[in-house]
Amino acid sequence: MATDATRKAAEALLHALALPEGEAGWVRERRAAARTRLFEAGAPMRRDEYWRFTDPARLTAPLALAGAGDAPAQAAAAFAGIDAVRVRMVNGRLRPDLSDPMEQAGLAIAPLGAVLRQDISIAREIFGRLEAAGQEKVSRPLAILNTAAATEGLAMQAHGAVALPVLIAHDRIGEGASLVRHVVRVEAGASLTVLEAGVPTNSVMEVDVAPGGRFHHVRVQTGERAPAATHLFARIGEGAEFKTFTLTADGALTRNEVVIDLAGDHASGHVAGAVLGQGEAHADNTVFVTHSAEHGESRQVFKNVLAGRSRGIFQGKIFVRKGAQKTDGYQISQSVLLDEGAQFLAKPELEIYADDVKCSHGSTTGALDATALFYLRSRGVPKRVAEAMLVEAFVDEAVAEIADQGLQDRVRALVADWMAGRA
Amino acid sequence: MLEIKGLRVTLEEEGKEILKGVDLTVEAGKVHAIMGPNGSGKSTLSYVLAGREGYEVTAGSVTLEGRDVLAMEAEERAAAGMFLAFQYPVELPGVGNMTFLRTAMNAQRKARGEDEISAPEFLKLVREKAKTLNIDNEMLKRAVNVGFSGGEKKRNEILQMAMLEPKMCILDETDSGLDVDAMRLVADGVNALRSPDRGFLVITHYQRLLDHIKPDVVHIMSGGRIVETGGPELALRVETEGYADLAKSA
Ligand SMILES: Nc1ncnc2c1ncn2[C@@H]1O[C@H](COP(=O)(O)OP(=O)(O)OP(=O)(O)O)[C@@H](O)[C@H]1O
Ligand SMILES: [Mg+2]
Repeated sequence: MATDATRKAAEALLHALALPEGEAGWVRERRAAARTRLFEAGAPMRRDEYWRFTDPARLTAPLALAGAGDAPAQAAAAFAGIDAVRVRMVNGRLRPDLSDPMEQAGLAIAPLGAVLRQDISIAREIFGRLEAAGQEKVSRPLAILNTAAATEGLAMQAHGAVALPVLIAHDRIGEGASLVRHVVRVEAGASLTVLEAGVPTNSVMEVDVAPGGRFHHVRVQTGERAPAATHLFARIGEGAEFKTFTLTADGALTRNEVVIDLAGDHASGHVAGAVLGQGEAHADNTVFVTHSAEHGESRQVFKNVLAGRSRGIFQGKIFVRKGAQKTDGYQISQSVLLDEGAQFLAKPELEIYADDVKCSHGSTTGALDATALFYLRSRGVPKRVAEAMLVEAFVDEAVAEIADQGLQDRVRALVADWMAGRA
Repeated sequence: MLEIKGLRVTLEEEGKEILKGVDLTVEAGKVHAIMGPNGSGKSTLSYVLAGREGYEVTAGSVTLEGRDVLAMEAEERAAAGMFLAFQYPVELPGVGNMTFLRTAMNAQRKARGEDEISAPEFLKLVREKAKTLNIDNEMLKRAVNVGFSGGEKKRNEILQMAMLEPKMCILDETDSGLDVDAMRLVADGVNALRSPDRGFLVITHYQRLLDHIKPDVVHIMSGGRIVETGGPELALRVETEGYADLAKSA
């Protein structure tokens, strides 16, 4: 709950952001409600249990939004060779003028700003709703802040099998912050893949997957110098499939919260990630999986490779509601520490109110296996190559969670590049 | 080929001395066997020769074709022709057997300034060698040694040796855990590699392997030293009399 100090901090956060103008009535209401919720929640503080391993101070400084600008296209290179519709955002602003034509069969896609000025039911059903639902057990003030003020991003509605992934590439020039929001609906039986490259300062994606729908999400966060907080909220309908994978390499401070609800029977939700850290990098993956219906199947698979003085954090929770029988929940978080100064902190949690469920979690940390390293070297493989082979094999369990083979290979190549280029 | 002189080795962490002055020369074209009681230092010697970390050489020298082995990293030794078939082959989850073999081969070739082996050439070679060791394609595709039976692991070691064609082959208890047929396969694999410019050091507890791989010289190691050296008949004596008397004669 908010104290005077946290409320003051929340006020400062809001104060820094201009209120959007010309929006539809329902949006204005939702923004006002978000402001109230943010005051109630207060800004996150170091002493919050949920922020035990990541100091929120660097994420709660009031955002000075970047001005418009033309940054060179760099982020999209993370998905080089992948056939996709490329949508560019520069300094947190959607740039249709620098993007591919966005339309494709089975997909309605529009700038969020335009959608929020109208009464479009899809957005109305999702915007701020999934975020608010995701606050049930733990408050996530930075996501509320986003609902209160974000106007830039995409609204997408898949009503068929969308052929090409939508790649959202964030580029930045200068030091300003960016506030980004995406709203996604995958209709019954439809399918959509969204790729993200680059990291806005504060971004939220809400994804509603209707029964039988399929949503795949892969994002690459590399070398971000500024602190960043992302939230991904999803509601997964009956028999629907949700898969997300995040590669985080060398970010100064990245906090990724993924909050998913397996809301329909036989829903499936997979959250995976790989962290590659060196120097002073700090990457925090915080996952909250709620099982609200029967026969839900969830997986969390996270691999951390930490060098230098980097830190990897994993907080993962499986929350099983009373009626969610036959839940199958799995969670694993592992790390390999390449240097003595590196650190991995994990907090796995189970909270279960149904009696007929199967839930397991595990976490390991340690150096690379010296015997395995010697075995490779004794066959003539140079030390650095041997290390890379073992690290890549280690990370691969998370990479294999990506459904698409081409995307898997792309991420593998990024991991190999990182190992080769590591100091 | 391989010359070991006065080699003394202690464990880096415990500071305990394991090898207490080993002298041993393996000539090109010859097969030397080492026998000796458990804990006498046979595996330690093989690890030190292959370049495993964690040991301190306090005295002595090792040369391979005149080159100072102890000054080289493990991978350099491999490229120079040293090969150790492990007593306990290591599992590498997530590293495919084929990738492993090809990476190793090409790394050695590169270190020697040779061209890489082409993919089709490699495939042909590995299929051919695997077949003679009764290793099927499915096994080749799996991760290195993961889920392999004890005998399969040992055969996989010999496959690596056959592919890498080292000059100095050290086999540490490659026969243990092998059934009779596998023993013959492994022995055939080793014998196929015997040549005038290659040396072998075969560590074993049993005469059985030496029936198949005929040694030229047999050494007995005890308490970190070679305490007796002789011809093939020495192995037979061990089989009947045990080590007790031999150790005494040291
Ligand atoms: N890393 C280690 N830590 C502690 N002791 C060790 C270590 N490595 C070897 N030793 C000890 O050194 C001695 C020699 O071991 P080694 O494995 O070389 O024997 P070996 O002759 O190969 O025996 P075996 O016939 O049982 O394989 C043993 O007493 C063993 O316990
Ligand atoms: Mg041994």
